[in-house]
Amino acid sequence: MGGKVVTISSGKGGVGKTTATANLGISLASLGKRVVVIDADIGLRNLDVIMGLENRIVYDLVDIVEGRSKLRQAMIKHKKFADLFLIPAAQTRDKMAVSPDDMVNLTDELREDFDYILIDSPAGIERGFRNALEPADEVLIVTNPEVSAVRDADRIIGLIEAADKGPGKLIINRLKTDMVKKGEMLSSDDVFDILGLAIIGIIPEDELVLSASNSGIPVTLNLQSKAGMAFNNVARRVIGEDVPFMNLDANPGILQRLVGLLNGR
Amino acid sequence: MNNLLSRLFGRARKGSGATAKDRLRFVLQHDRINLPPERMEEMKREILAVIVKYLVVDKERVEIDLEQRDRSHSKLTAEIPVAIHTATTANRAEEKNVVAAKGAGANGANNGADTEDEAEDASAEAEEAETPKAIEDEKSDQGDQGDSAEDEKSKPG
Repeated sequence: MGGKVVTISSGKGGVGKTTATANLGISLASLGKRVVVIDADIGLRNLDVIMGLENRIVYDLVDIVEGRSKLRQAMIKHKKFADLFLIPAAQTRDKMAVSPDDMVNLTDELREDFDYILIDSPAGIERGFRNALEPADEVLIVTNPEVSAVRDADRIIGLIEAADKGPGKLIINRLKTDMVKKGEMLSSDDVFDILGLAIIGIIPEDELVLSASNSGIPVTLNLQSKAGMAFNNVARRVIGEDVPFMNLDANPGILQRLVGLLNGR
Repeated sequence: MNNLLSRLFGRARKGSGATAKDRLRFVLQHDRINLPPERMEEMKREILAVIVKYLVVDKERVEIDLEQRDRSHSKLTAEIPVAIHTATTANRAEEKNVVAAKGAGANGANNGADTEDEAEDASAEAEEAETPKAIEDEKSDQGDQGDSAEDEKSKPG
């Protein structure tokens, strides 16, 4: 059956799905894989700008589905990686322009020539999410260590399981280790306890992610970035490597606690 | 000392992170069974109202809870302490009276039916009931009162 379709989903908007998709695409390509990333957020496309490919768009996903463009014509090749392509979302249409069956047909064609097809799902639980879910072999759920994001993730996880696409794997994005230390943020263990899903990535909060988005160069290409390294680790886990989690120093050692006690904290 | 130990070993987590976790557990419990908290409370009250028709219940210690192992396994558990009927204190008897009165009201309606079967059922129930005679008499009195009061109320409406 060839390539594998991995859908990146979240329920809640703004938790970092598009950032995760772009970075996984880059990382997988840098690991030598042939990769297509699809922006399924029709009407609100963004994967193009995060990847720095916005000025190359001619055709989009709806053009392919409606026959105005051949698949290959609409695929935009990445500047750095010869085997990384983007299929952008249409900006002026809505999610009803594409059906789950369309997505299955499209990805079936792509499976023949690519190792990984990543789908950036829109927020929400409606048609756009259904479109992204239908062809998925694996679903990664991005969430933030924050009440509303985890709640929405739980809802999505339920829908994924109901569609026989589960169990998904979790990417916990924007973890602030210093806040976790102070007990002022849910830890990755807390999120695991609540959602009960395997964690495939823990991405620390990192200002460089915004810089990367500003410049259209995904953060995995910045070797200084901890978030970039963490995304790279996720990609390696996706291809089946056993990569230990980075030490984000989420739990203070007994020595630090002693110091804290002595300081009356 | 306890506090010191727990701080030393990082057990005490009083920050807002712990609050977030508790709130999430609560909200997801209801999300997952698609029953909002208020409706759950309503259900508990209804369950209890039914049980109280038949048994004397220590309402203070009633615990009806939803246990959740994971997303697809939820279990409703109820711990409902029941008073033993040999208790003879005035309080208990009174409490039982109130309960029985409600039951009697329902029985009264049954007795009104004239088929033989139903009459038999009613007498069987009477035999099973182990309430002391004195209380039973009082009970039926109260039951009648209750019924007539209801009748009066319903007339003007």
